[in-house]
This record gives sequence, structure tokens and C-alpha cells, in this order.
Amino acid sequence: MSPAPATSTFSRLRAAGPGNLGGVVVLALLLVLPLAAWWTGQKFYLDFATRITILAIVATSLNFILGYGGLISFGHAAFVGIGAYCVGIPAYYDLASGFVHIPLAIAASALFALVTGAISLRTRGVYFIMITMAFAQMAYYLFLSLDEYGGNDGLTIYSRSVLPPFNLEQRPQLFLLAYVSLVVVLALKHRFVNSRFGMVLRGARANETRMIAIGFNTYAYRLAAYVIAGAIAGYGGALLGNFTNFITPDMMSWTRSGDLMFMVILGGAGSLFGPVMGAVAILLLEEYLARLTVYWQLPFGLLLIATVLYQRGGLNGLIERLGGRK
Amino acid sequence: MDTGLLVIQTLNGLQLGVLLFLLAAGLTLVFGIMDFVNLAHGSIYMLGAFIAASLTRLSDSFVLGVVLALPVVAIVGLVLERVVIRPLYARDHLDHVLATFGLLLAIDTLAHMIWGPEGISVLLPEWLRGQVEVLPGVIFPTYRLVIISSGLIIAVLLYWLVNHTRLGMLIRAGASNRTMVSALGINIDLLFTGVFAIGAVLAGLAGMLIAPITEAAIGMGNDIIITAFVVIIVGGIGSMKGAFIAAMLIGLIDTLGRSYLDGILKAFMPLTAAETAAPALSAMLIYILMAAILALRPQGLFPPRTR
Repeated sequence: MSPAPATSTFSRLRAAGPGNLGGVVVLALLLVLPLAAWWTGQKFYLDFATRITILAIVATSLNFILGYGGLISFGHAAFVGIGAYCVGIPAYYDLASGFVHIPLAIAASALFALVTGAISLRTRGVYFIMITMAFAQMAYYLFLSLDEYGGNDGLTIYSRSVLPPFNLEQRPQLFLLAYVSLVVVLALKHRFVNSRFGMVLRGARANETRMIAIGFNTYAYRLAAYVIAGAIAGYGGALLGNFTNFITPDMMSWTRSGDLMFMVILGGAGSLFGPVMGAVAILLLEEYLARLTVYWQLPFGLLLIATVLYQRGGLNGLIERLGGRK
Repeated sequence: MDTGLLVIQTLNGLQLGVLLFLLAAGLTLVFGIMDFVNLAHGSIYMLGAFIAASLTRLSDSFVLGVVLALPVVAIVGLVLERVVIRPLYARDHLDHVLATFGLLLAIDTLAHMIWGPEGISVLLPEWLRGQVEVLPGVIFPTYRLVIISSGLIIAVLLYWLVNHTRLGMLIRAGASNRTMVSALGINIDLLFTGVFAIGAVLAGLAGMLIAPITEAAIGMGNDIIITAFVVIIVGGIGSMKGAFIAAMLIGLIDTLGRSYLDGILKAFMPLTAAETAAPALSAMLIYILMAAILALRPQGLFPPRTR
């Protein structure tokens, strides 16, 4: 998988395929356009880009297990919600430090992933889909019944995490934090996927029996991947809580998990930049269609069906084909 | 403990169980025979409620509304199967989940376009609006008893259909070995379409039955469909008997848990802790049951004998 040694970044990307080149373009535009818009006083676009960036982080974490590991987790929104409540609940007690919020979000979602993953990964196929969804529903109902923290009405976060050197009350700084995080997560994913660990994960997806036969404990590798993905999604949730300033258990509902899966599939599961492209495409489309009509979910749903039926490999695959590669 | 309340809550649990069974029966048939995961099954439940609500208003009769709505839902099921579902049989579960999730969004929005954002209430005829004394001093709404008994009648009919008719034999054969059934000259495509339509009618009927109590509303199927999935997994995918027993079990656990867990926890926990924990725990109860079953007995309580 690793590209041949090349001199410049550009040629290395070209060697890695047009999909990655397209991904880098999308990533660059995601940085330049919102900042330019901010400069010219169009503040809305910066907020919009922040939301896209945060969801791209979450979608990337899901792609790690879904695309590379072949684990169809239908409860990924739970990690996001847990991460967000790890900002909301301390903030409710006037504990504002981001150095508490973020480690707490990562630790709590990783722990949730460890416990639920240890049970879920004993199952296969459709049972795995359903058990991950069941655990997410448990988290959903748990937070729904916590009246102290707003219950169904949600919880308002009055002040964002204090995280020097960033000042998250400044919108460009929150955006930059999210953007830097996305780049770091992408870089980490790239390294993971091409490491021995990633090879075992992908091998277990392709042929689990063979991986076990040659002596790998696939269960342990999958569990580790599940925990890493959960922790990253929890971090994304902490960012999302800071961004929206308002969190509800609805963030964990199963339809949100479905949205996240849609991002990964539309972008292209098992590709580096696919989930970023998916998050960009879906949120742009949602924003655009929602302005046109209140019935925007109709074309949205039809697009999802069409993507599944006709567009294998998602946007990333489309770019690869247009770029002349299979 | 108040016996009257216990009787009423048990009946409420059975009512939920019956509705879950109607949904789960179609789901487990489609899942068992075609290995197809259908998240949009809850949307058919919602469509059933809306179509029956409209036809009730047109015909001025709830019974007539339901009778007329059933064939309409069957046609919706047939069309869906032919247009969207059929190309997906050969795909994997991920594709099923995603495509039917898209279908669910599309159907919910279509219902919004046709019937508007508000829910539609359904008026019951006079003779169904009363209450019955089920035990001395314990009264229960007549209509809820009608739901329970019609659900039980349908369960018996389904049992007869699956176990004692030629169609049922084909359904069971299809669940055990699809390839062999088609090799013996059975039109398996037609069988699939028929089974899907039966499932759609059952789901639609569940929506029609609940509409007078809750009203027909956008997205009403999206919560109950998840519970119906819990039912078929607890019962064992593909098993009609499992779906029935698990539906009753989960209906009762959910309803009784919500009313009695509070008191049970207070027996051995501090009062405030019990009051916080009880609603959370009772909402999670059925998911805890499902997770436990998947971890300990992944094939469910009553798996079909041959798979």
C-alpha cells in the first residue's frame, strides 16, 4: 500500500491515487474558504465549516472500524454524545478547564467502547449491527432520564472549555482547533492503517479464519481498533459540545448513527479522505436542500438509496475512476 | 401490591406485546427467508396509520377505514419490494441498513408532504370507546382489549398459515434452503414478494390499530422498529414462535418495568438514588436483555431448527 519513494509531496500524492489528491484539495478548501469568508465578514460560513470539520473527525473514526475493519457499528453516535456530555456536565458544575473536559471525553468514550466492544465483538454480522445499536440506545435512554442534566430538554453549555493557548470563544480559533485535530486524526489513521496493526485489521476483514490460523488474536486487534475509534469519536463529541453550546440526548439517537454511516459510505469506506468528502458533501447538500424545501429529506433519502445501489466506493471511488484508475 | 393496577399494567404490556408481534412477524419472515434487514419496516407501520386515518375520515367508519387500508398497504409493500428491495437481496447487510435507512427518510418525508407536519387523530366508533370491567372493580378500555384479541387471533392465523398450508411450507422451506426450493421449480421471486407484502400488511395493521390511541404521526415507526428488532433477536431470527414469545416478554418487561422498578429499587436503595435510577434502568431494560442474550446465546431463545 505504501507509495514508492518520491521526491515531492505532490508526486507522492499522485502515486497514492487521484482519490487522495481530491481529498487534499477538499481539505485545503475546507481551510481556505471559511477563513476567507470570515475575513470578508461572512461569519456563517466559518461556523458551517467548523461543523463539517468536527463531523469529518467523527466520520473518520467510524471509517477506521467500518471501512478498514469491516465492523458495521450502528451506534457510533453514542460516543459523540458521551464526549459532548463530558464537556456539558463539568461545565454545569463550573468546571471549565478543557484539560479536564477533553481527557475526560476521551477516557469516558474509550471506556464505553471497551466495555461494549468486548461484548459486541463476540457477535458477527447482523447481530453486531444490532448489539452496537442496542448499547447506543442504552446510552441514549440513560442521558434522557438524567433530569439533573436537562433530560430530554438538553443541556446548555454557558461557557466553552478553557483550553490555552486556544480561546474557544473566538470562533476562528475553535475552527482551527477542529481543523488541526482533523489533520492529526487523518495522519494517525494513515499511519495506523499501513502499520502492522492496520494490516492485521484489514486481514481479519478479508479472511478472519486465515488470520487466526496464522496466529493472530483478531478479537484483541478489533477491540483495540474499536476503542481507538470510540475515543476519537468522543473527542469529536467534546468539540461538538463546545461548538453547539447545547447538547441533547438526541445526539445519540440511532438515526444520527445512520447519518454518520451515510457520510462514510457516500465518501467512500476504507479510503483515507472518503469520510471527509462524505461529511462535506452531506452537510453542504443538507444545507442547500434545507433552504430550498422543508422536504429536503426526500431527495436526501433517495440519494442514499442511489449511492448504495449504483455508486460503489462513494465519492472517493468516483474520483478514482474519473482520474483513470480502477 | 395493588392487584387491580397489576392487572391493568399486565394488559397494557400485552397490548404492547401484540403490536410488537405484528411488526416483528413481518420483520422476522423477511429476515429469516431473505436474509434482509429492513429498517424501513417502521415506515410501513406509520403509513398504515396515516392511510387508515384518511380512509376513516373519508368513510366515517374506523372499521371500514382499516379494511380499506389493508389492501392499500399491501400494494405499497409490493411496489417497494419490486423497486427498491429486490436489487438489494444480493448485497450485504451494510447495504441493506443504509438503503432502507434512506428509504425510511424518503417515506417519512413523503408522509409529511401528503399529510402535513401535524399528527392525525382517529376517531373510534361509539361501541369501541367504552370501558369494560375485567375484574371486579378493575376497568380497562374496550378498544385496548380489541387490540389484544385481534393480535392474538392474527397470531393463531399466522401459526396456521406457516405450519399448515402449502404457502407456509414454502416459506419454511425458503428459510431453510433457498437454493433447493428454487431448484424444485418454485418461483422464489414471487414467494419473496408475497412474504414481503404479508409483512407489510401486518406492520401496517399494527399502525392502524395504535392510531386511535396515539394518533398517526410522522416518525412514529422509528422508535418501535428498534424495539421490534430487539424482539426478533431475542426470539431468534426467522422464528415465528420466537417472535411471539419474545414480543409478549418484551411488552411485559417494558411496561411492568416502567411501573414497578421504582418500587423494587426503593426496597434496597436510598430513596433519591432509586428515583434517579429507576426511569433510566426501566428504559434500558429491554436493551440490557438483548445484549445479555446476544452475549450468552447469540442465536436467540427459539432459533429456527434449520438455518
